[in-house]
Amino acid sequence: MTDSLKLHFTINGQEHHGEAEPRLLLVDYIRHHLGLTGSHVGCEHGVCGACTILLDGQPVRSCLMFAVQANGREIRTVESLGTPEAMHLLQEAFHAAHGLQCGFCTPGFLMTLVPYLEEHPNPSEDEIRHAISGNICRCTGYQHIVDAIVLAAQKMNA
Amino acid sequence: MKPAPFEYHAPDSLEAALALRAEHGDEAKALAGGQSLIPAMNFRIAQPALLVDLNGVDELRFIRMEGDELRIGAMTTQNTLERSELAAKHQPLLFETVPFVAHPQIRNRGTLGGSIAHADPAAELPVAAVALDARMKAQSVDGERWIPAKQFFQGFFTVDLQPNEYLTEIAFPAMPPRTGWSFMEVARRHGDYAMCGVAARVTLDGKGKCKAARLVYLNVGEGPVDAEGAAALLVGEKITPESSAAAAEKASAEISPFGSVHASPEYQTHLARVLTKRALRRAHERAQAAS
Ligand SMILES: Cc1cc2nc3c(=O)[nH]c(=O)nc-3n(C[C@H](O)[C@H](O)[C@H](O)COP(=O)(O)OP(=O)(O)OC[C@H]3O[C@@H](n4cnc5c(N)ncnc54)[C@H](O)[C@@H]3O)c2cc1C
Ligand code: FES
Ligand code: FES
Repeated sequence: MTDSLKLHFTINGQEHHGEAEPRLLLVDYIRHHLGLTGSHVGCEHGVCGACTILLDGQPVRSCLMFAVQANGREIRTVESLGTPEAMHLLQEAFHAAHGLQCGFCTPGFLMTLVPYLEEHPNPSEDEIRHAISGNICRCTGYQHIVDAIVLAAQKMNA
Repeated sequence: MKPAPFEYHAPDSLEAALALRAEHGDEAKALAGGQSLIPAMNFRIAQPALLVDLNGVDELRFIRMEGDELRIGAMTTQNTLERSELAAKHQPLLFETVPFVAHPQIRNRGTLGGSIAHADPAAELPVAAVALDARMKAQSVDGERWIPAKQFFQGFFTVDLQPNEYLTEIAFPAMPPRTGWSFMEVARRHGDYAMCGVAARVTLDGKGKCKAARLVYLNVGEGPVDAEGAAALLVGEKITPESSAAAAEKASAEISPFGSVHASPEYQTHLARVLTKRALRRAHERAQAAS
């Protein structure tokens, strides 16, 4: 064991102070210490995308960062998007277009897509497939995810 | 799995980072974007005793022109690079290559310096650095030295850095006039490490013949493979389907692919031939447009 280090960051709009051993991955800190289990751990080597969160607004793999590296930064996880009663527009679109089956991959897709759609409000299907190339889904075959994104973009622009 | 314990330092200046490196030598592993190092640590393939996190060293994040050279700080993220107007304008080959590296979520953390220092034979940026005759700046508490890209890459995950040095900057000299370029690769899925790829550069003389050429390949050797013989065949010739085919044939003998579950060495060699011809055609078109 090495000594724990102090931590201070903002998560989903709340200031957080804590401590962690340097080797603790950010995703494990978020899940086990903060109890926010929406970010999933699929592969721990950056390939699956299930752990994608926003770091200062940019999607990153939270399995490829140590918690201590989040000091002073602003984090957003899927929990910041919406609630079952009041879903985020993107979540509604995934719901409506059947963009998920087991849902394991969904938080990673959502956190990848929130900033993507802000930057690209009118993506073509090709561009969408490119944008989600860093997220793996083992259930849907992707077509319904693409449909959901098209639907979300339409709603955003309506 | 989870990483083994290590001692963590997050210096906020280059001076402090180099002091740690001087004190601990090879033990003091740099943590750049962590997009290659942390996966290796998660699987305990790497178990460094001490990490020097360079993310707080702001002086290593810059993109600027010095004379006609584009200078890039080692900690510049791949994402910053792919959005850089300076890079787009002055180093289009490099600029065009960056989006082939992994996925956007990885490029948001991954750095130019990390990719160059890591020297994965399948990586795109080392290939671009060799094709562009880039120079690497290695710094220690004792001073700095500049290393040409070709000497910097010394084989599998091996570069010319001393135990007291970090890579701090990469310099890309301007391409000569009447030069065209192309980067192409074939990967199973976008963002995957490619099965083969090539960076091509063609400079034309006043009569439209090839004055200089470079053909550098990824994932077909222990590092970036500079097919000098193939490039030499083109010099003094027009770039035609015939001369390109001859260069492709020569290049296929200069590479030594290892094969993998996804591609046999024969298939990689086939890809190298096809990509050479396509990349030369594209580079030639651009060189003509620039003439
Ligand atoms: C899913 C996935 C897909 C990927 N696909 C690709 C791909 O297609 N093509 C590709 O090229 N890469 C790919 N990568 C790797 C990615 O580009 C990494 O960002 C890059 O290889 C390393 O850069 P880094 O900044 O993350 O370095 P780190 O992982 O932090 O460091 C890598 C190594 O370099 C050393 N190092 C870093 N900086 C310095 C320095 N300044 N001085 C001395 N040593 C230093 C470290 O100590 C370590 O040994 C992929 C990664 C993932 C997770
Ligand atoms: S768990 Fe982070 S990318 Fe798979
Ligand atoms: S819905 Fe099951 S993995 Fe995507």
